[in-house]
Amino acid sequence: MDLNRLLSAATRRRLLLALGQRLLQAALVALLVGTLCFFMTRLLPGDMAYRIAAGRYGYDMVTTEAALAVRAELGLDRPWFMALSEWWGRLLHLDLGTSQVTALPVLVEIAHQLGPTLRLSLLAMALSLAIGPTAGVLAGLHPGGWLDRATLAVSVVLRALPSFLLGLLLVLLFSVQLGALPAAGHGDHGGILLPALTLALGLAAVSCRVTRDAMVQVRRSEYFSFALTKGLTSSQALARHGLRNVAVPVVSYLGVQLVMLVEGVVLVETIFAWPGIGHALVHAIFGRDVPMIQGTALVLGLMFVLFNALVDAACAFLDPRGRA
Amino acid sequence: MSRLSASDVLVDRAATRWTCGQSAGLLLLLAVALLALVGPIAIDIDPARQHLARFLEAPSLAQPLGYDQLGRSMLARLAHGTRLSLSLALVSVLSAAVPGFVIGLLAAWCGGWTERVLAALADAVLALPGLLLVLLLAALAPGGFWPLYVGISLALWVEYFRVVRAACRVLLASPQVEASRLLGFEPAYIIRRHVLPALLPRLLTLMRFGLAGAVLAMSALGFVGVGLQPPTPELGVMMIELLPYYREAPWLVGAPVLVLFMTLLGLLLLSPQKEAA
Repeated sequence: MDLNRLLSAATRRRLLLALGQRLLQAALVALLVGTLCFFMTRLLPGDMAYRIAAGRYGYDMVTTEAALAVRAELGLDRPWFMALSEWWGRLLHLDLGTSQVTALPVLVEIAHQLGPTLRLSLLAMALSLAIGPTAGVLAGLHPGGWLDRATLAVSVVLRALPSFLLGLLLVLLFSVQLGALPAAGHGDHGGILLPALTLALGLAAVSCRVTRDAMVQVRRSEYFSFALTKGLTSSQALARHGLRNVAVPVVSYLGVQLVMLVEGVVLVETIFAWPGIGHALVHAIFGRDVPMIQGTALVLGLMFVLFNALVDAACAFLDPRGRA
Repeated sequence: MSRLSASDVLVDRAATRWTCGQSAGLLLLLAVALLALVGPIAIDIDPARQHLARFLEAPSLAQPLGYDQLGRSMLARLAHGTRLSLSLALVSVLSAAVPGFVIGLLAAWCGGWTERVLAALADAVLALPGLLLVLLLAALAPGGFWPLYVGISLALWVEYFRVVRAACRVLLASPQVEASRLLGFEPAYIIRRHVLPALLPRLLTLMRFGLAGAVLAMSALGFVGVGLQPPTPELGVMMIELLPYYREAPWLVGAPVLVLFMTLLGLLLLSPQKEAA
């Protein structure tokens, strides 16, 4: 009893430490994105005061007086390090500014885009977890068997196929040839399926092999053969002793896969015209809309940190030994 | 990458066998490298030269891939695009691997606060997914080659740093290195004799993944339109330009897709199966 309480306290401390590191990472993301975007405003061609004046009053109405007024108002004549610290200060207050294209506050824009992105990435994650580990466990049950070799071949081909090409192939197959699903967009029924499947197949190609290797190791382990020796059927042994141990490396590996997921969301949303944050980021870069670039990159980065924290928590929950 | 144990680093890897998957990977890469190295010289056609009357002309003996939507020689553009992709990948992987190795070694060698500062620097880069970093840098100077190169190298060096640091911590504390030190050998000798040979297989694996990542990042950004810009013969840009003509001339969009697929598949297959899995 006492030992139990002690162990859970240690686990809690480890979790708190991990969460503290994630908070630090979130701060780093904000600092990195904010600083890069600040220099983006400085490096854009043309005089900034004239550019902003043109944005405010229209290109025909820009006069030197208007530009000077803007310069004085926004403090554009001050040295860059003062402007940078002020930029950081605004970021600290969560003042992300307004989009230069739509003139709406960046936070409002992002509030519209966050839902589709979260839905897409969660569905993709769920699909990949349904496909990859299942195939991996089945393949790992008979290493060297036909299923093992088949999943290896499929996984190698899928991993050599970039997400934007995979998405294209799925569109050609399901939308153009079969006409079963919409090729792009958000409003149509089932429009989320193709982008989610594109992301999920890419993720599952890797997690399938990780699961398969973990499964092979579990089958070789002493506790698994003991479970069989004491009379459990192999499916009972798998359910009671195997799966949880297989899950540990798979869940830890999710941390690596989150990089793929966030990168994939940017590309896949753009290709499928999915109105999420990745799509908005790419379009903000087209439009040189720096406040939107900053806001979307920031939210994507923070989403990455949040998912990482969830994976940390899942690892601590699954593996009481504290190896995670 | 995962934590390294002592046996992982110190055991001689000479026992790994050459598999038939690896030969296939090597063949694929040789074919792509041939296209990139010999292609632009052997074809000797300006990839920007237009024959407007011949747009979307089907492949012939003289032009094995025909002409693209603007009447430019597809084979010439493909060869130049492949050369561009491979050279960017090679240059950025090298400029990530060398500093990554040096800094990782420095961190393990010095220890103390040097190591802590360098590790914090690496964590700062890892805070963002690599492609996001490249995208933000690409937004700094849109359409340029330099932001791509800087961004990819910046995103890649961390892996080398982490692997080299973790491995060197074990290596530098090992009996043979200690013996070398006590015998009075210089750091340069220890690095050449003990550190490099032990780390080489691991570094080569990282380089293969780095090459694949760099080729992929460049073509992906080109494909969505925030990388290099259209007149440049780049694989991703060519794909998105030729996609609208996939019914009339499927071989046009198929060619860059095939080259990209062959490059990535080759790099993947070249890794020993244990690491590729």
